[in-house]
Amino acid sequence: MIVATSGLTKRFGRVTAVDGVSLQVQEGVRFGLLGPNGSGKTTLVRMLLGLVHATSGSIEVLGEPMPRRARTVLPRVGALVEGPAAWDHLSGRANLRLLDAAGPGRARHRRRRVDAVLEQVGLGGVDRRPVKAYSLGMRQRLGIAAALLREPELLLLDEPTNGLDPRGIQEMRALLTSLNEAGTTVVLSSHLLTEVEALCTHVGVMDRGRLALSSELGALRTPTGRVLVRSPEPDAVVGLLDGQVVDRRGDTLTVRGAEPAALNARLVSGGVRVTGLTEERRTLEQVVLELTGTGNDRVDRRPREAVVPGRSRGAGGPR
Amino acid sequence: MIGVELRLMLRRRRVWLCWVLLCALPTLVAILLATTRLAPPPGRGGAFLSAVVSNGQIFPAAALALVIPIFLPITVAIVAGDTVAGEASAGTLRYLLVRPVGRVRLLWAKLISVAAFVLLAVLFVTLVSYVVGVLAFGFGPDASIGGAGAIPSLSGVELTPLDVVGRTAATVGYLALCMLALGAVGLFFSTLTDSPLAATLGVLAFVVASAALQPLDAAAAIEPYLPTSHWLAWIDLYRDPILWTNLREGVLVQLGYVVIAFGAAWANFSTKDVTT
Repeated sequence: MIVATSGLTKRFGRVTAVDGVSLQVQEGVRFGLLGPNGSGKTTLVRMLLGLVHATSGSIEVLGEPMPRRARTVLPRVGALVEGPAAWDHLSGRANLRLLDAAGPGRARHRRRRVDAVLEQVGLGGVDRRPVKAYSLGMRQRLGIAAALLREPELLLLDEPTNGLDPRGIQEMRALLTSLNEAGTTVVLSSHLLTEVEALCTHVGVMDRGRLALSSELGALRTPTGRVLVRSPEPDAVVGLLDGQVVDRRGDTLTVRGAEPAALNARLVSGGVRVTGLTEERRTLEQVVLELTGTGNDRVDRRPREAVVPGRSRGAGGPR
Repeated sequence: MIGVELRLMLRRRRVWLCWVLLCALPTLVAILLATTRLAPPPGRGGAFLSAVVSNGQIFPAAALALVIPIFLPITVAIVAGDTVAGEASAGTLRYLLVRPVGRVRLLWAKLISVAAFVLLAVLFVTLVSYVVGVLAFGFGPDASIGGAGAIPSLSGVELTPLDVVGRTAATVGYLALCMLALGAVGLFFSTLTDSPLAATLGVLAFVVASAALQPLDAAAAIEPYLPTSHWLAWIDLYRDPILWTNLREGVLVQLGYVVIAFGAAWANFSTKDVTT
């Protein structure tokens, strides 16, 4: 296990940000941590890095307890926590050099090291402009470059594609995949389902501080028991499968309670031409929406605060 | 990490602006004095200002007396208040800590960089004001050609130029220590908040509170322990013989502030949750 927590809990005053999380991430996977805003993803990542101290529970990263062994663990971890940050008045290259110099390790090859990571994230030709003149996407790339310094065994990335355009997202996905294939374990948190679905092999879902689910991506996408049929003669299909068709959109029909092979045989023997036939699988979105509540960025009116007509809440109103 | 801190400090425009402004005030005073020749009478106005007109070499002491009550503490408050809170608000603090930089090591490097800032500030004021003083007022009435004349001490005895250099060096060291004590308090405040401005204003409030209590008879019992009480003790270095009592007490109190404030900063920061 490259990351293992057990019963990890963090309270900020009365708010429980992370609640009894036992997370296991195997070596070599691409793990996506999903969850609505405020579900505790960032606090969890901060605890893994020793930035936030747990109220209770234990953490092991790269097989060693954190934050006790931070000094030996953290040089082997690259991190992007809640967006990139840099010394605005310096250039991107100067930022990376200073960051590299701040940590442990030799000064030798620093220049080459910095140039290599800048090249990796597509900032190889960056000039002496200060970071404050950078676009959001450039800052994001710089943040990822900083995480890649010193070739980490584990990458912990919080919202890595924030601020990138579609091409940038594509590039970053390719970069992370190739690093992963070279042996780096990638753990990323995101609230973008499509991003996790496209990149990760394993997913964990956080909801209100709890780890609601942790599983291999493929195992989640179970068949729904329905079959999608495409046919140039949808009316004929409806006629043949009376009552089994639950949805119809153009020439695509959703059929319930059927096994694909049997359905196909039945349609063909009924003289209906079939152009497509696929088993419907649950999307990650469905899985996540089933598991999670609303994020904490949505604030609904509590029932007792509902506006009562004809009664305004004045200075002496109930509180 | 210390090297990184120093490089970061030296590449900040704000730091250089502080130094320039610190040197500009005494220069302005020198220009006004040199053009009007209206020095305050002895015993009134800023310390040493009456003696400056007759001998420019004493101007560094006058310049330090000018900047010490308000100007220098403000710059120290700005730089020290920014140390941790500035990194926190920029978000670079979390990236330094996961690099990893140990928390104690980070604080230590910050304290060193504040120390370098105050030492350079006092040093720049001294050097610039020496040059300005000599250019504006000359080396004194009985200076031999190309040499420097004797300088009157506050006790009336004449001091040799070499003697004055020694005493000025001691003054620089003493004032840097006083300002470092303030800087350590700023470092502590800087670990309490994520807003550099709040930490800076906290330091200034600390200075103002101390200065307000100082003349109060009712506060006589704590007066020796107020940070500002000893800020002018270095003037005793320009007496002959030097009066050491106040200076010795001042050094002890200021060192006490450095130790206590740094300890408090360490106690607070080493277990703090970094959520910015």
